[in-house]
Amino acid sequence: MTLDVAIAAAKVLFSLFLALQVMGLGVFFERKVSALIQNRIGANRAAIFGFAGLGLVNTLVADPIKFLLKEDITPAEADRLLHFVAPCASLVPALATFAVVPFGDVLEVGGRMINLQGAELNVGLLFVLAMASLGVYGVVLGGWASNNRWSLLGGIRGSAQMISYEIAMGLALIGVVLTYNTLDLQEIARAQGHLLWGWVPAWGILYQPLAFVIFLVAGIAESKRIPFDLPESESELVSGYFTEYSGAKHLMFMMSDFVEVVLVAALVTTLFFGGWQVPYLGRDGFHFPWGAALALPSLAVAIVQVTAFALKMIAFTWLQIVIRWTLPRFRYDQLMRLGWKGLLPLSLANVMVSALLVLLAERGA
Amino acid sequence: MSVPVFLVLAALLVAAALTVVTHPSPVYSACALVLTLFLLSVFFVGLDAQLVAALQVIVYAGAIVVLFLFVIMLLNLTQTEPHPTGGAPLVAVAVGGGVAVVTLVASALRRVTAPSTPGLPAGFGETAALARRLFTAYLLPFELTSVLLLVAIVGAVGLAKRRP
Repeated sequence: MTLDVAIAAAKVLFSLFLALQVMGLGVFFERKVSALIQNRIGANRAAIFGFAGLGLVNTLVADPIKFLLKEDITPAEADRLLHFVAPCASLVPALATFAVVPFGDVLEVGGRMINLQGAELNVGLLFVLAMASLGVYGVVLGGWASNNRWSLLGGIRGSAQMISYEIAMGLALIGVVLTYNTLDLQEIARAQGHLLWGWVPAWGILYQPLAFVIFLVAGIAESKRIPFDLPESESELVSGYFTEYSGAKHLMFMMSDFVEVVLVAALVTTLFFGGWQVPYLGRDGFHFPWGAALALPSLAVAIVQVTAFALKMIAFTWLQIVIRWTLPRFRYDQLMRLGWKGLLPLSLANVMVSALLVLLAERGA
Repeated sequence: MSVPVFLVLAALLVAAALTVVTHPSPVYSACALVLTLFLLSVFFVGLDAQLVAALQVIVYAGAIVVLFLFVIMLLNLTQTEPHPTGGAPLVAVAVGGGVAVVTLVASALRRVTAPSTPGLPAGFGETAALARRLFTAYLLPFELTSVLLLVAIVGAVGLAKRRP
């Protein structure tokens, strides 16, 4: 009993740890990739005993310390309670979502099979959507509680934008659910393990390419990043819903932005790119299509899988940051038109076509 | 769900629900409503109804109350006017409502005979089981509900488009 609780706690802590590590790398990419794209050197000032580590010290050590030590100001006219609650309401749902994202298959320790997933929920994918929909409150309340017009405008824009894109996001996921016939993310990741024609890994992108595009676009819109950063838009609203935030609370808003980026990366990986799957790697080792095999112990398999999952996650985090530093911001009417007249009909069509194909496949089988 | 956990959560739920009704600020009322709906979904999880719990959060806490907040902020309602009603009508309504609630709870409690946990079939409350019932035994009411929602949407659009 105690052991079970300890294992469960360790799994949840590990998925949180993984998410936060990739988030840190995301911040590093943000500074350095933007510098590369804009042809400058980027963060390289802070160093420990002369070691700057390409700016790693700057982004991972100096930046957070700076935020934590800054004065935390609550405006005099602000609503003190909600001003305090808003950053937490923004960060907590984003972090909680990682509990259902699987980071490996199973690990066998002393005859005990440990499912490498924080929480096994029958409704995993719906839990993801539920937490995503709760994330809106941080933005709305932060904007309102600051008692500042820029903030309020940012909060209202944010809530309208997030509700609009949630619909397309949810409908894109229906296509995935139809394909895999389950809502459990671990089951979805496992279903991507078999091979097509004996050598192509059957990853979700092959079955649901349109859902992938819709999900990624809606996911970037949900995380309020350029080209969808209208709730923040520095050039019009100072910095939108968190204009009146400083110090640790500002850090929490910034963190939840990056956690959401990593979350979108983790979900895209799990749903469309095999999650922790490594091509030709089974529970007992590699089985290559040309006949070779390499037996591996359970622990080694788990380590390879977790590493593969982390690398895929990092790749998609990097992709989102490159997108951010490449595209300009949408106008508000363009944003709404893309969401309601572009993505929504496309995702509805995707649901129809997927349902039809699943039905035909079942009839044929 | 063990009894102490239930009692703590139930107390929180009732406190949150009372805050929705009594708090003078509409924004706080809406926030308390979110908390109420969220705690209610925790109870659904305790009753092995994970799907209902997830839908509760997605639809009510995540979408509908956000729209409430959106409207409250758009109209910039900071404080509601104090209610001018009071006296005899208010007391009558309160007493009547109280009697109705007590009668309902009492009649519900009388029908409870045995703990229902042992009788749960396998897969109870899971998505597949619920969906199967919804699309076989309850197909007609389910589809009629969607028609009802469509009518409401068309009505709202019609009202919004009407020229003043």
